[in-house]
Amino acid sequence: MSPRFAPGERVRVADRWPAGHHRTPGYVKGRAGVVLSTHGSHGQPEVYASFGDGRPRQPLYRVRLGLRDLWLGYAGGDTLDIEIYEHWLEPA
Amino acid sequence: MHDHDHPHSPPQPDDPEPSTEHHFLGLALRELLIEKGHITADDERRMIERIESQTPAIGAAVVARAWVDPAYRARLLAHGRDAIAELGFNPGNYPDIIVLENTARLHNVVVCTLCSCYPRPLLGRPPAWYKSAAYRARVVREPRAVLAEFGTHLAADVEVRVHDSTAELRYLVLPLRPAGTEDWSEDALAALVNRDAMVGVAQVRGG
Repeated sequence: MSPRFAPGERVRVADRWPAGHHRTPGYVKGRAGVVLSTHGSHGQPEVYASFGDGRPRQPLYRVRLGLRDLWLGYAGGDTLDIEIYEHWLEPA
Repeated sequence: MHDHDHPHSPPQPDDPEPSTEHHFLGLALRELLIEKGHITADDERRMIERIESQTPAIGAAVVARAWVDPAYRARLLAHGRDAIAELGFNPGNYPDIIVLENTARLHNVVVCTLCSCYPRPLLGRPPAWYKSAAYRARVVREPRAVLAEFGTHLAADVEVRVHDSTAELRYLVLPLRPAGTEDWSEDALAALVNRDAMVGVAQVRGG
């Protein structure tokens, strides 16, 4: 599966709150950042967690966000780099 | 932080200590796997020995080589996994190991907010504080305060970059080489590098 987003592109982490296991932390949901790099395609943690085979596999990205975009009152240019699977990303 | 018109599911239980029930389940599973011939007790012993053979000395050897060999450093930063394997170390089954270079203007620190993902082939088992709910919650929210508690006081013009190890990749911080070590041997440099500096909560101090 070829990646939908390219390095440098603005993306937003989906603001979804499913009950089951997934590997997208709540504190980045709904927040926008920039794609840094892509790292192949991998089975979906949600599907593995329900004893499935992980398909459809999803491209994995490293995404950079500003800490001041995550936390009220955070001053300065500190950053967060985080791994997000493609089905959790939307164009921003 | 943001407005919500939708309910959130309750967070998963987050106690790092196994419950008695899970402890007994683990023991029962081990005994069944051995009794039914899927693994032997020797297989289990070898696995534990392999896990225990992984120590921060491996990561320190990689860092020291990068400090003394600029061409190796460039390969390590470009393709961490391949460069680690090049030294004869097993980089594990991760798609890549991302090596994060600290500079005079940038300080990297690693966390897994979801659990305890850690570069075990390079650093061994994670310390208890790395798995603690406090470290995982705070280092993404107030990294400078957490770093200060580890004795790492950064100037305001040094960017802090937190890396949340949420999925398939693993991370190794390449610390700044301390001043005054220009004439040191690779082995002496490796002895100076410590685990906390390779996670990014500490810096490497001169000898």
